Amino acid sequence: MTSLTSPAARAAHPPVQRVVEVSGRRPVGAYVELTLAAPEIAERTEPGQFVAFAVGGPTSAHLLRRSIAIAGAADGAVTVMVAPHGPGSTWLAGLQVGDTVDVVGPLGRPYPMPSDGTPAVLVGGGYGAAALRGLAARLRAAGSPVIAICGAASADRLSSVDELGELAEVIVTTDDGSAGRQGRVTDAMAELLTSRAPGQVGVVYACGPMAMLRAVAEAATTAGLPSYVAVEESMACGVGVCMTCVLPVVGEDGRTRFSRSCTDGPVFGGDRVRFADVGTLPWDVVGADAMGVVAP
Amino acid sequence: MTALDTAVDMSTALGAAPIPSPVLTASGCSANGAELEPFVDLTAIGAVVTKSVQLWPRSGRPTPRMAETPSGMLNSIGLQGPGIDGLLADDLPWLADRGVRAFVSIAGTRVEDFAALAERLRGVPGVLGLEVNISCPNVESRGEVFACDPVAASDVVSAVRAVADPAQPVYAKLSPDVTDIVGVARAVSAAGADGLSMINTLLGLVIDPDTMRPVLGGVTGGLSGPAIRPVALRCVWQVHQAMPEVPILGMGGIRSGLDALQFVLAGASAVSVGTAVFNDPSAVARVHDELAVALAERGFASLRDAVGYAHR
Ligand SMILES: Cc1cc2nc3c(=O)[nH]c(=O)nc-3n(C[C@H](O)[C@H](O)[C@H](O)COP(=O)(O)O)c2cc1C
Ligand code: FES
Repeated sequence: MTSLTSPAARAAHPPVQRVVEVSGRRPVGAYVELTLAAPEIAERTEPGQFVAFAVGGPTSAHLLRRSIAIAGAADGAVTVMVAPHGPGSTWLAGLQVGDTVDVVGPLGRPYPMPSDGTPAVLVGGGYGAAALRGLAARLRAAGSPVIAICGAASADRLSSVDELGELAEVIVTTDDGSAGRQGRVTDAMAELLTSRAPGQVGVVYACGPMAMLRAVAEAATTAGLPSYVAVEESMACGVGVCMTCVLPVVGEDGRTRFSRSCTDGPVFGGDRVRFADVGTLPWDVVGADAMGVVAP
Repeated sequence: MTALDTAVDMSTALGAAPIPSPVLTASGCSANGAELEPFVDLTAIGAVVTKSVQLWPRSGRPTPRMAETPSGMLNSIGLQGPGIDGLLADDLPWLADRGVRAFVSIAGTRVEDFAALAERLRGVPGVLGLEVNISCPNVESRGEVFACDPVAASDVVSAVRAVADPAQPVYAKLSPDVTDIVGVARAVSAAGADGLSMINTLLGLVIDPDTMRPVLGGVTGGLSGPAIRPVALRCVWQVHQAMPEVPILGMGGIRSGLDALQFVLAGASAVSVGTAVFNDPSAVARVHDELAVALAERGFASLRDAVGYAHR
């Protein structure tokens, strides 16, 4: 298989661990946007990276870190979009200005940048759109025209539409039609790719739920476009020590490995993630033979 | 180093190998060390206990591999790793170049595998000793876990001790999932183990009430974290009481210096911090500092004076 992408490179700076103060809190639809006074993290952050929070305080019974994509990093502050669903994210969403939280970051590999001026399509699902804000700004600074597609189940689950609107042409979709066009981001993307002349889109970036990433990556690959997706795999540590966050990913040598989403990702080439095999152990993963899985 | 660190002599040993700190990583909970470099001075900790290595690269099990549980977690990683060639080529030289002590955990599915690994690790720079992970299924005994059978466990330990570098202490890592942990401890000590690491995870299960199926790809998994601490401490206590001369590397739910102190008082001469590292990547160094303070506050001049103190 010839690949359209190269694996994302490591970030320039190692992460730090800090206890930081919440300096801002803003409910946004179904989410809460938290701003943290974390200058050492902010100055190291590149688009696509994430932070990992300890939740519940020092005696918490919830030991595993919660990883959240960085939406913004500027002026000594880091912004994240928290979607409360389980006990950990609900605790985070309940933090108030002045509260402190233990955070590690920035973590993971940033989105690779295309050559200057390459037109880019950014696709964000739900709160995943927030993670594309830094990327959109950097692309614009490098002269790339940017189109952002933000989609969600309903209007209250969209995020960062206004922020992206300042940097890009934005297309909004919702499953229920409560905002923008009714339908899925992939419908809008397919339409975009067919309506624009070849060469008017040079690269696709995405962040959001796995099913959406898969659809976006497949559409991009079919169109012969490189795509980079930031995955949301459940991560126990975020720093690369637990091996819980692996996905089957094709490396530069063409071989598939169980790669850590936190340190080998979260950004992977969309054509390198074997989405259909997530949750299984395919025989051709390096080391599957030692698990007793044999070639068919 | 803080003033309190220097006030209490924190040095200890793994068998005959001296270490400056009694706090180590736990196998499988700090990869092979490098990922913790931004958070911890790896040269100052007791040792990096590396992820259990086997003869060949292993993919590990499919996901999901983890479920959070009250004060702990269930994992079924399946010993993903590069195999001994990768460890010798990349990870151990990385640690040795920085002067980081490595306590290498080895695993296998037959006695010969363990012996072959011990052989490959002879004289390797930076390798302080071996931890033998016998919580693996024995292919020659219908998959029964070595650690659950005193005879099979002893066979592994004596085979490893016979070929291992004489300068490298060999610790047998025990499973708590046995009816008589003292019996297994006696057997492996008699087979030549220089010390005992205890405990490995307890077998557990979580079912997702929505899908109504087990959460983990591997169905069952190993339970770890503070939830298992009393079980681990009881195991250390019982074995130290039966064999006070056998060194113990204690682990199971250690999160703070006071947790580590309990293990020391029960009879551990060193401890590993595992799951707590996922919560706090600097936990190993923090536990060292907190333990030093706790010992000083209780009037101990050295860590060694506190080992087994609760049995008096
Ligand atoms: C994710 C994970 C992976 C582990 N992998 C290994 C391993 O490869 N070899 C081993 O001997 N023990 C392994 N263990 C067990 C730990 O080393 C330790 O014995 C156990 O987790 C109890 O300590 P803790 O509660 O501090 O984690 C693993 C534990 C966890 C949570
Ligand atoms: S989250 Fe722990 S290794 Fe990726």
